[in-house]
Parts: sequence; structure tokens; C-alpha cells
Amino acid sequence: MNDTNAVNKALFDYVLWLGDTSLIIGHRLSEWCGHGPILEEDIALTNISLDLIGQARLYLSYAGELEGKGRSEDDLAYLRDVMAYKNSILTEQLNGDFANTMMRQFLFTAFSYHLQTALLSSTNEHLRAIAEKAVKETTYHLRHCSDWLIRLGDGTEESHKRVQDAIDNLWMFTDDMFEGVEGDKLLIAEKIAPDMAGVRKQWDATLKQILDDATIKIPERTFMMKSGRKGIHTEHLGFLLAEMQFMQRAYPGAKW
Amino acid sequence: MATREQILDYLQEVFDPEVPVLSVVDLGIIRKIEVDAEGSHITITPTYTGCPAMNVIEDDIRAKLKEKGISQFDIKTILSPAWTTDWISDEGKRKLKEYGIAPPEKSSPDKSILGNHAKLIKCPRCGSADTEMKSFFGSTACKSLYVCNTCKEPFDYFKCI
Ligand SMILES: [Zn+2]
Repeated sequence: MNDTNAVNKALFDYVLWLGDTSLIIGHRLSEWCGHGPILEEDIALTNISLDLIGQARLYLSYAGELEGKGRSEDDLAYLRDVMAYKNSILTEQLNGDFANTMMRQFLFTAFSYHLQTALLSSTNEHLRAIAEKAVKETTYHLRHCSDWLIRLGDGTEESHKRVQDAIDNLWMFTDDMFEGVEGDKLLIAEKIAPDMAGVRKQWDATLKQILDDATIKIPERTFMMKSGRKGIHTEHLGFLLAEMQFMQRAYPGAKW
Repeated sequence: MATREQILDYLQEVFDPEVPVLSVVDLGIIRKIEVDAEGSHITITPTYTGCPAMNVIEDDIRAKLKEKGISQFDIKTILSPAWTTDWISDEGKRKLKEYGIAPPEKSSPDKSILGNHAKLIKCPRCGSADTEMKSFFGSTACKSLYVCNTCKEPFDYFKCI
């Protein structure tokens, strides 16, 4: 096989993973619209959702270009089935209560922040440009969920318990974010993608810093589900897609 | 054929749909205007990745140029270098303040991402520095919600990015 082709194929898979992950967590957050605990927070959650869907659009349209089969960002978002989705399984988990949403968001955002920072020095110009744009937004998202976790974790007995329960429940989906596939090795060799070990180290440090302040205990190692990149998902993703894709499935090509 | 300066003049008449006192030029999203034998080439950059106003802005630029009788042009969007609020012109900042939105303070996001580091923002109505942030995220992606403790009025702050 020709090397450029192999790299291109690996890159398509990688960018699709980035796009799907942003899209699914963005969609999950959008479910809070009109249901936030207070008006300001309702607005914050949907603002963050909008940024993430914006980032997803950048990644998915680039993925479409890389694939070269004429699929647009919309085709990729609305016309793929569950098994074709590569998103991290953490991002598809249900919103649950506010503490659960904030913990899921924090675990993801700390990851995204360090990954995007690493991608600022990617040899791929396109990924670098997206990261440069996205990391500014992600910086604000990270501060927002960190503030909440500290306030809730170091808050009342009830709020502390909810935050601790949230991390205990979500922890088994976290390793999946760092789980690469075979093709990533090509991208790492070309310095297109960073080595995940470095990102993991920084993620661990951010978690420790914030969760110590929040008086929250990081769970001991448990069973880890790691299959998002391979398209094996928890039962929640199918329901999410059924709702998100409904319009394009029912009325193909519908526009407004 | 229109000159670069003419195009720039026309773009002064295209306004941000969410902050209708700011032209796209004031906002600093026009990165480049080139004119050659094939027509005009305009390069713009998005403010926020998910900002729904960006598509509207591009359509509005097209409509404006057509209205001015320009048919040969294209609009390209680039991401890098990433837009920052420092690119809003001084004129733009003045217009924002007049409109009741506190203009962004100098320079880009706080590097200190962790912990609470609200900046000191002056009330655009009474000028008081005794203000507090109510919500970092506001009515649009680019704004935060503040309240003035002196005149008691809430106001938007165009946040730094
Ligand atoms: Zn005031």
C-alpha cells in the first residue's frame, strides 16, 4: 500500500473521531436547553454546546474532504448509523443530574483542552488551525466546569455526594478517550497527532488539581470500557442518534 | 471594476446581526481583500466556531456586494490566525460602549484557566467599576452577563477571546 494513502486513511479516522466526540457531547448538552437549574446556567450549557457543535462542524467537514467521496459535514452527522460513530463513549452517557453533567463535561473538557493544546504543534496545518481556534473556547469551558465541581464538591453533604457518585459512575468510560487505534501510530510518526501518553499525564494533573480542591476522590482502577473508536457503543448512543437524525432520515435532504 | 478601498467601504455597511452597531470591518473579521483580473477575493475569519451569525454575515456580504453591482467575487473563510477581540477596532469598541455593551478589555483569554479571575469591568452606563459578573456565558457566544452595583443595571460585556 502507498504510504500517503495509509496516512490519509488514518487521518480520516482520527478526524472523524474528533468530530464525532465534539458532536455527541455538544448534542447531549443541548438537551439541557430549557431545563437548566437556573437561567444563567441554562444559557451557559447551551453556549458551550454551540461551541462544541461548531468544533464538530470543522472536524467533520475536514473529514469529508479527506475521504474524498463528496460527503459533507451534514451527511457524516445525520446519515451514519451507530456502529459508524467513533466518539468517545464517555460523551454519549446520559445527562443524569447536574452534577453528573458537569463531571462528564469536566472529564471530557480537560481531555480536549490538553489534546487541542498538543495539536497546536501538529505538522498538519488544518488540524493546527482548528486547534488554535478551538482551544480558546475550550479554555473557558474548562474554567466553567472546574468552578462548578469545586463549588459542588466542596459544598453541602448532598452536593458532595452527587459529584462523588458522578465520577464513580463515569470513571469506567474515561480510558476510552485515550485509546488509540492501529492507524494512529502512522500519525504519531508523522507528528500529525500527539502521543496520548503525554496528554494523559496532563489530564491526570488537571484532575488531581481540581478534584483535590473539590474534595472528590478519584476512583481506584475499575473495569474500563474502551471501544468507542471501534464503533462499539453503550446503549445510549442509538437513542441519541434516533432523535438527532430524525429530520434527515424522515425527510432526506430537507433544508431550511 | 471596484477597487480594494471601495470594497472596504461597502463592507462598512454590513453589520453583525447580533450586535447591529458593529460593521464586519469594526469587528475585525475581514482578514484580506484582494482585487485582480478575476474579481475580488475576500477572506474572513469566524469569531466563535459555533456562532450562528457567521453564515448570516457571509450571506449579508454577498447581498451587499451584489447590491453595489459587484458580481465577480468570492469569500473564503480561514481559521488561522484565530480571531481575537483585540481585532475589534477602537471605533468598534466606542460603538459597543455607546450601544450599552462593555467593550472587551485588552487581550485574549486569561491564561490562568483555573480558579475565579473575573476582570474589572466598567459599567457602560454610569462608568462605575463596582460591577460583578452574574454569568460568564451570556445572550450570545461573545458576551458575558454583568450587573452594576452602583446604578443597579444589568449589562452585557463583550468577553475576551
Ligand atoms: Zn452602572
